[in-house]
Amino acid sequence: MREVAIVGVAMTKFGTSEKTQVEMFAEAAMEAINESGLGLKDIQAVNVGNADGNIEEGQAVIAPMCAADIGLSGTPATRFEGACASGTIAIRDAFIWVASGFYDIVLAGGTERQRIMSTPLATRVMGMGVHSRYETPTGLSFPGIFAMMAHLYASKYGIPLPELKEAMARVSFKAHKHGCINPKAQFYGKEVTMQMIYDSAMVASPIQVFDCCPISDGAAAVVVTSADIAKRLTDKPVLIVGTGQGSSGAVCSQKDITRIPARELSAKRAYDMAGLKPEDIDVCELHDCFTIAEIVASEGLGFFEPGQGYKAALNGDTDIGGKIAINPSGGIKAKGHPVGATGAAQVYEIVKQLRGECGPRQVEGAKIGMTDTMGGSFASIGHLILKRGW
Amino acid sequence: MEYILTSKKFTEALKEGKFLGLKCHQCSGYTAPPQKVCSQCGSEDMEIVELSRQGKVRTFTVIHVAAEGYQAPYIVALIELEEGPWVTANIINMDPEAATMDIIGRQGKIDYQDIITDIFSGGERIALTFSLTDST
Repeated sequence: MREVAIVGVAMTKFGTSEKTQVEMFAEAAMEAINESGLGLKDIQAVNVGNADGNIEEGQAVIAPMCAADIGLSGTPATRFEGACASGTIAIRDAFIWVASGFYDIVLAGGTERQRIMSTPLATRVMGMGVHSRYETPTGLSFPGIFAMMAHLYASKYGIPLPELKEAMARVSFKAHKHGCINPKAQFYGKEVTMQMIYDSAMVASPIQVFDCCPISDGAAAVVVTSADIAKRLTDKPVLIVGTGQGSSGAVCSQKDITRIPARELSAKRAYDMAGLKPEDIDVCELHDCFTIAEIVASEGLGFFEPGQGYKAALNGDTDIGGKIAINPSGGIKAKGHPVGATGAAQVYEIVKQLRGECGPRQVEGAKIGMTDTMGGSFASIGHLILKRGW
Repeated sequence: MEYILTSKKFTEALKEGKFLGLKCHQCSGYTAPPQKVCSQCGSEDMEIVELSRQGKVRTFTVIHVAAEGYQAPYIVALIELEEGPWVTANIINMDPEAATMDIIGRQGKIDYQDIITDIFSGGERIALTFSLTDST
């Protein structure tokens, strides 16, 4: 395997878009290609993460449509579907193709337009992320999964629910603090107070509105190439030094969902490949689709011991300037969560952080960053570890 | 080797009063809901058995924003069966508004309810239910 790098990144502003999924992807893709210093003729394959485009816009074969829109008809173009992790597995496969030497330059990313759906349809579609025969019929919503995770976490570790709820509220507060100063974030410029979080409506006990990510539109794209080519193009190539992927089935089959075996396996694969440990990571964009998800992920990635992640959130250990800066972009919670694009937007943030281009939300001196993305019933999980290549 | 306990067979059995699972001949472990290989050891060498229906609540939520076609509030829970596997089920014999963390650990019994079909449901479907049988 050869060394692989990212040379161009771009994302649309997340929120509500009148543009189609193809149009949003095309915008992000062209910006990423232009930033890379490469041309369209250099792109040898296109990987597009997309979860629900068939239903959202009635569009199948979305990857070829995206490729054609930017003049890449004839180029191999493939859709990657791993629910909320779709964008990550699209980039991970781009890494594998380039590392293997089969391709030299791959455009990868994701796109999603969820807000065009009615709320009942969106709820139904997101409910498809659990086992359709044995779980969906119970009316288990997406917040419901993480609500059960929160109750189990409190029960397993003997934490009074109000204390866990305070930690969850701190996760939300931190996300909005960061998202408020990220111009690409859905909640950019919107200040959120602890009181607003505590007063928000109950969605699935104990998850309230401000524990939940929003429904979003957006796209993001990156250009993946060999480190040799990257070093000729830029003096700031960002290397992909480790990656992992894991999978699981129905929620119930995983039993204790305060520990996600697929995440721990996938993260270990990424750390082992990179020859790094959790304490080496300076900045992490992890899957905070719900506030409890951030706490559980911060443990699953090894930043904190199981059962200690909630204390870390309360202590500010996950703030910018804390022990490990988590979700400086505002995360899924405040940046938004156009599911197919999310993994690519996480990579966008880490690349920008490592290059030192994040302005007021910059994690000073960040040299190594990580992404963690989780789709469906923790069914599809992927990790990328990125490092400065200079 | 044939898929011995399909979702169709599992559902039809429930409607006939039998809650089926799989017992492994290699490790003696139980698998539910059904799948191709043993959830404990990965062996295909399993037989269909009737499960006791007994279990306890491990975690739950009261859904206030319902999925399409459902009427909030309702309870979804993860139930640990007496035989070991966990299943997802609706707790049906208590007022959702009264459900607190105190229901974690409580004993009960599995049954099922019919659920309306929709354009995505792939035909008829049921949900497992759980009724608390112990007193508080």
